[in-house]
Amino acid sequence: MFEYAPAPESRDVVDLKSSYGLFINGEFVDGSGTPFKTVNPATEETLAEVATASSDDVDRAVQAARKAFGVWSALPGAERAKYLFRIARIIQERARELAVLESLDNGKPIRESRDVDVPLVAAHFFYYAGWADKLEYAGFGSAKPLGVAGQVIPWNFPLLMLAWKIAPALACGNTVVLKPAETTPLTALLFADICRQADLPPGVVNIVTGAGETGAAVVAHPDVNKVAFTGSTEVGRIIARTVAGTGKKLTLELGGKAANIVFDDAAVDQAVEGIVNGIFFNQGHVCCAGSRLLVQESIQEELLAALKRRLGTLRLGDPLDKNTDIGAINSAEQLAKIRRLSDLGESEGAERWSPACELPGKGFWFPPTLFTGVAQSHSVAREEIFGPVLSVLTFRTPAEAVEKANNTPYGLSAGVWTEKGSRILWMADRLRAGVVWANTFNKFDPASPFGGFKESGFGREGGRHGLEAYLEV
Amino acid sequence: MTTSLADVASSDSALRAFLHGLPGVDRVGADQRAAMLGTRSIKTTAKAQAIDLAISMVDLTTLEGADTDGKVRAMCAKAVRPGGDAPSVAAVCVYPDLVAVAVEALKGTGVKVASVATAFPSGRTSLEVKVSDTTLAVAAGADEIDMVIDRGAFLAGHYMKVYEQIVAVKAACGSAHLKVILETGELATYDNVRRASWLAMLAGADFIKTSTGKVAPAATPPVTLIMLEAVRDFRDATGRQIGVKPAGGIRSTKDAIKNLVLVNETAGDDWLTPEWFRLGASSLLNDLLMQRQKLATGRYAGPDYFTLD
Repeated sequence: MFEYAPAPESRDVVDLKSSYGLFINGEFVDGSGTPFKTVNPATEETLAEVATASSDDVDRAVQAARKAFGVWSALPGAERAKYLFRIARIIQERARELAVLESLDNGKPIRESRDVDVPLVAAHFFYYAGWADKLEYAGFGSAKPLGVAGQVIPWNFPLLMLAWKIAPALACGNTVVLKPAETTPLTALLFADICRQADLPPGVVNIVTGAGETGAAVVAHPDVNKVAFTGSTEVGRIIARTVAGTGKKLTLELGGKAANIVFDDAAVDQAVEGIVNGIFFNQGHVCCAGSRLLVQESIQEELLAALKRRLGTLRLGDPLDKNTDIGAINSAEQLAKIRRLSDLGESEGAERWSPACELPGKGFWFPPTLFTGVAQSHSVAREEIFGPVLSVLTFRTPAEAVEKANNTPYGLSAGVWTEKGSRILWMADRLRAGVVWANTFNKFDPASPFGGFKESGFGREGGRHGLEAYLEV
Repeated sequence: MTTSLADVASSDSALRAFLHGLPGVDRVGADQRAAMLGTRSIKTTAKAQAIDLAISMVDLTTLEGADTDGKVRAMCAKAVRPGGDAPSVAAVCVYPDLVAVAVEALKGTGVKVASVATAFPSGRTSLEVKVSDTTLAVAAGADEIDMVIDRGAFLAGHYMKVYEQIVAVKAACGSAHLKVILETGELATYDNVRRASWLAMLAGADFIKTSTGKVAPAATPPVTLIMLEAVRDFRDATGRQIGVKPAGGIRSTKDAIKNLVLVNETAGDDWLTPEWFRLGASSLLNDLLMQRQKLATGRYAGPDYFTLD
């Protein structure tokens, strides 16, 4: 038996402070709320104490952003681009530090933070830096910025979601007040340090940490011109209600229950990889995760056998180990939700399966899990679990696949696996999802717009389309 | 072999239908999977274990027009005692006319003698010559025959011709093991690699081997991955286990370990022995020895501390 010895990435590269303040007007300041602790979900060890921004603190941050807006929006696009390019380069230089801190605070495997998250973060800043002096040619008219953007982001891709929000906002000449998630504030604060290192004018980027109340204060602040939110559909609804009638522009990127559709002529080995990547990437904490596998009934048995064999090789454990495939669940709360929904799936009659998989004693862990014999009516086929849980359903014809795939209130993404090009196009025409991946899954690129249909939200992030949300159009 | 597979070589059209009915290989996905496995970090005890395993899997090879008895004898000495307490390699691989020299040099050592045959490396000759090339090598004492397939026939879609040639060479091998070289660099597509792998296995190959080492690209990680998937699936379908030998372009310990990771996470444990997995290489051995010593002593020794043969 060839056992890989532990290969942990060193934590030394990260200079973890015992407490962190808010980043307002280019400086780290104390918050007036009660500070909270952020923990390493793999060990439950407290990493640091983080300030809570009260509504007064949020107000100060918005004022700083308002003041900076005058300077920042008046800069020629080429000048703003210089700052963004500089930030992108510093992110590359400090990539290891960012990746380790992201894995510590979030629980995701270092392989993912190192090879996916951080490179994409840098790529987003490079990409939007390139747009900063070409906005007039983007097709949205005069290319005037909106003002102050209030941005609230989730815990699943802390730094990447920050990049998706901040890079286009800054490129277009807006200033931002961003609230990272309560369980994963640390990389956003390290990003604040990078802004200082890049000599970004004070107030252009402000980071306010805290829980839901802080986020609500950002969203509700009367001097915010634009609200961008990524997170649950439930909170998205509350935000939409808050913002309604205020004249603020709004983009929402919410939940999903994506179908990954495998036809009988698919490249089976790569489809299996795509299924695994679709639902077990980032422990399934992905809004566009392929959480419903729709497999053509004629190859169900063969595909499931291959999938189960493959799940047996997944390596769950220490997120900082370079050979880990599945890290920790981000919080006790999320773990409880995954457990509740999985138990519900079992009690509703779906068959549950996990590979032999030892879970560490401490921390928040959930084994990769499959549900077979799932019907459209089962909760595990309808509710977003946001964990490493895959529901397997079958179909007989392409039309039935489309019908089942679309039969969800969500519409963020979908995957199609077939060697037949014409069928890919036929399916993509009919799938009501913001992204349709063909023979791949969870593939992201800054040049490609991303966003949802239906209850998965509205507005697009990424690409030329992503500029629209931050320009007066 | 299951009845359904027994019939697939009953006619050219049946064979064609079977090979083209195998699931396709998506190039992007296969490349991505191989690249991901290439990021596995094999350190400390795992590395030590992997290096010794890799050494024991090497088919130490010399296939030059300038090969002589002396050169082969020197290589055989190295194969048996690569250096320090490192294990012997699995086999030496030479041209047919040098088999007798290698057999003599390796008598009683447990190191096998492999010979390329069938008009290696191009395979451009008649079946008659290919068979007698094989017969001569076997008669000289070769334990293993590395044959090349007729890539021209394969690419032209004459699968039955390729199949029959492998069957004929297999018959000429007698008790010697047959490794079938697909020369994947000339097959160009991953679909072809999968089809050629199945074709060779159906025709009786004991091993499937990527390349001659004379064509680039040779043993790339995705190609080895696809061949490992093929042997895994073939055993599931027939119960018969086939070995895999990547050859050509594997020069560093890192490359060798990446190959072991591919085996470990694709075909699995059962293939992680010299009986079922080989590394065809010449310069690789010294790098393995160098890394082995570095791991044991914490220091690199200069290249002159490792013998050149």
